[in-house]
Amino acid sequence: MEFVIEGLIRLSGVSAIVFILAIFGFIGKEGIVFLFTHIVEMLTSTDWSPTADTPVYGIVALIVGTVWCVGLSLLVSVPLGIAAAVYLSEFSGERTREWLKVIVELLAAIPSVVWGFIGVMIINPLLQAGGAQVGLNGINGALVLGLMTLPLLVSLGEDALRAVPESYRQAALAMGATRWEMVRLVLLPAASRGLLVAVLLGVGRCVGETMAVLMVTGHAVRIPNELFSPVRTLTATIAAELGEAVRGGEHYQALFALGVMLFALTFVVNLIADRTIRGRAESVG
Amino acid sequence: MDAPHIGIENLTIAYGDREVLHKVSLAVPRNSIFGIIGPAGSAKTSLLTCINRTIEFSGEAKVGGRVTLDGEDVRTLDVSDLRRRVAMVLPLPVGLPMSVYENVAFAPRRVGIRRKADLDLIVERCLTQSAVWDEVKDRLDMLGTRLSGGQQQRLALARALSTDPEVLCLDEFSIAIDPVTTMRIEAVLTELKAQMTIVMVTNLLQQARRIADVTAFMLNGELVEVARTTDLFIFAKDRRTNEYLTGRFG
Repeated sequence: MEFVIEGLIRLSGVSAIVFILAIFGFIGKEGIVFLFTHIVEMLTSTDWSPTADTPVYGIVALIVGTVWCVGLSLLVSVPLGIAAAVYLSEFSGERTREWLKVIVELLAAIPSVVWGFIGVMIINPLLQAGGAQVGLNGINGALVLGLMTLPLLVSLGEDALRAVPESYRQAALAMGATRWEMVRLVLLPAASRGLLVAVLLGVGRCVGETMAVLMVTGHAVRIPNELFSPVRTLTATIAAELGEAVRGGEHYQALFALGVMLFALTFVVNLIADRTIRGRAESVG
Repeated sequence: MDAPHIGIENLTIAYGDREVLHKVSLAVPRNSIFGIIGPAGSAKTSLLTCINRTIEFSGEAKVGGRVTLDGEDVRTLDVSDLRRRVAMVLPLPVGLPMSVYENVAFAPRRVGIRRKADLDLIVERCLTQSAVWDEVKDRLDMLGTRLSGGQQQRLALARALSTDPEVLCLDEFSIAIDPVTTMRIEAVLTELKAQMTIVMVTNLLQQARRIADVTAFMLNGELVEVARTTDLFIFAKDRRTNEYLTGRFG
């Protein structure tokens, strides 16, 4: 009996690795050949016209579009998320914290397509009123992504802050620091690793987010030349075009190659994250 | 006799419904070392934390009566200001998660001391006074939390001294420190009392005997006896004090 249960547990442990490898193998199988034969074109051209008479598969604009949306979304989610986390862990009363956390978790449960609706129906007209020619653009995408990742950042950020030993807070306060000085000079530095992890998980989530950005970014292949430029992301391209691409055809393979690039992008983000955290740990921890 | 530096008047402390300190009154003279001894559970630490209001960290503590500093009720003072005037060293060493240097420079920076040369002086003085300078002077950039327990304890003492406090509260400061270093710090404390009043909670009877000018004996949240240290250790008036000092309990 013991033996069977042990075996099952081991199997479920190993299965995660198997699934990852299988996914990688599947995407790689369809995309790798295309990636090798078209890599120079992909990484140098800003034109993505897979259905033109002479198809062009440049993904520079798509990568820039993704980075643009994700980068700008951080301007929304990081300050708001960390401020909210600090409020929840340090300044709110027990009761307030309890119900605010419930609401934050509720926010996390909103499906991404609903965020798309919000982007189209609310942020879109607001941006137009604010001077944008088209309300569906990179800023809209960044705002939606920022709001979507906010709950993640708040929850993980609060965990990171609460993991800081109470004794640090008390030592700072006991020396006459005000609460704000304590937060700024002791708490945030002490929690910086945890907060960084929260931000990076948020970035990972943003890079992979598809439906909402597909709905609100305007879906135009171009490198943003002004604040309100419409953009297109890697994920949205795959989602929008896979259905109409001929199975096994060049376009189809190109989309899988995009998948590989997406994989690589998140891998690089994670790698950087890992390095940063480790570098920090060695110099500070 | 001068007005006491710290006055404790009918102080009562309760955690929830449980009263741990019962109507204690004490007068701590200026520029003295005031020892507080007594077995665990006598509310010595709770009493000490009332002086700089760090007792407020515990949300459920209820304090009755009052504590005065130079005749002023500590509850009427600005809390940050109060804590710079009344420094506290806790029994478990807490290095702040920053460099050794910044640990000591933390409080001086808060009051607006910015010049590197001034801060350097304060850091060196405080670390020397707390008998840890020689051990850390070559690694001031190291994270304070990476020091050994005993070194962190002395770092905490250095930090407490960094604000030039008028009162220094020590709660079992030597618990993580070896005897030789403890003796060095005790010698420094004896010098420091020219500049400040020191209130020292200790479980080491001999420590109180060595350096305290006045010693109070507490038992189960009550003040049993307070007297000049030499008198207390030789002619304790109360039977319980005598039993404790001679090792019959506690």
